[in-house]
Amino acid sequence: MEIQVIFFGSIIDITNTNQIMINDCIDTQSLMNELIAQFPSIGNKKYFVAVNQKMIQTNTLLKTGDTVALMPPFSGG
Amino acid sequence: MILPGFGSEAQGKLSQAKVLIVGMGGLGCPALQYLVGAGVGTIGIMDADKISKSNLHRQLLFNENELGLLKVSVAAKKAKAQNSFVQMEEYPFAINQNNATEIIANYDLVIDATDNFSAKYLINDVCVWLKKPFVFGAVSGYEGQVAVFNSAKAGVVPIHYRHLFPVQPAVNEIATCEETGVVGVLPGIIGTMQAAEAIKLITGIGNPLCDRLLTYDFLTARWFDIEINSNEEIPAIDEHFINTTNYQIDCDMAESDVEDIDIDEIDVSQFLELKSDSNVFILDVRELHEYPTIDFSHAQIPMSTLKELMHQLPAKPICVICHQGIRSVYAAQLIKLHKQVEAYSLRGGLTAYFNKVNNEQ
Repeated sequence: MEIQVIFFGSIIDITNTNQIMINDCIDTQSLMNELIAQFPSIGNKKYFVAVNQKMIQTNTLLKTGDTVALMPPFSGG
Repeated sequence: MILPGFGSEAQGKLSQAKVLIVGMGGLGCPALQYLVGAGVGTIGIMDADKISKSNLHRQLLFNENELGLLKVSVAAKKAKAQNSFVQMEEYPFAINQNNATEIIANYDLVIDATDNFSAKYLINDVCVWLKKPFVFGAVSGYEGQVAVFNSAKAGVVPIHYRHLFPVQPAVNEIATCEETGVVGVLPGIIGTMQAAEAIKLITGIGNPLCDRLLTYDFLTARWFDIEINSNEEIPAIDEHFINTTNYQIDCDMAESDVEDIDIDEIDVSQFLELKSDSNVFILDVRELHEYPTIDFSHAQIPMSTLKELMHQLPAKPICVICHQGIRSVYAAQLIKLHKQVEAYSLRGGLTAYFNKVNNEQ
């Protein structure tokens, strides 16, 4: 089961890529655990999570082909 | 104008409208130009800054002959020359808790064209308190964002920025455009989108960008559209909340502790001496993609990972450097707090260093 993860803003400074594929995560909580294991600095960042372009507030089940976005705050102008 | 749906009624609404643009930078300049062109009746512009050379690539309202002049004065003069019908109000100072409510109360709509979280959270909170819609805009690296926040709809909680990010991020946690640079056209696109959304809100034409956060990626030319929704965990925003919130520093205690730590800011001459002292550890906190590369021995831990990698630092005096000497102050404070070692920050950063070194050759 493959999930596409997309990064934005200052989170790309940590991952050095704007997207990766992650396997075998049943929900957003396990996906975040996996991401933080790969990129520990994400754990200290502020961001919200969107699944299939919809912001989520609670742990959400994932299925193959879902897209998860990590959106940090932007402040430049 | 004979565009269907955009008749004298829409033009009349524009001429009656009062719009406040906070920030006359990369976002505010294009937003102003299009709102003036559209015939918005009253436009307030707010910015404390004077025009500097590093602004010109993205703030095309200004030119080389105007360096050192107040942005709001020059912008207002050009707006009047473009459309003499427009009533301009100039506020040559930064938005703060003492002036925000009184000024915003005079307007129907606010455009947040600021470049820092303190101003963004303050604008958000005052607009929520006064029930004013505002058009949010921001950029980060090669990406920009736009959204319409706090636009009232019957029976629905209006979404605003604290629904996305309830707590203001730490000061200096994220580098600014003035520090890292930005492709000038990017804030131009976002500021122009902000003007477009303002025109739709005023005239009632089309569907404004409510309940969505739109993110533009310059590199791929893609727009990423996220449906946003209300977050019940946010505080009630009222006059008391605004008066008691500290917008200047982060709300997190650990961060405000950092603010009070005294570190030594040193100039380039002092830095050159420290650099030759083998007991001093030189640390570059720029992100890995930042230029220029440096020609002396040093370690690099990007600001975005410094907190987690603090344990890798040696227990000896540390001198922190970055591009302009802004992030390095914060990094030096963090290091002194966590490592209890002497911490220095190079004032003016590598920009000052290369200016001095290159001029002496």
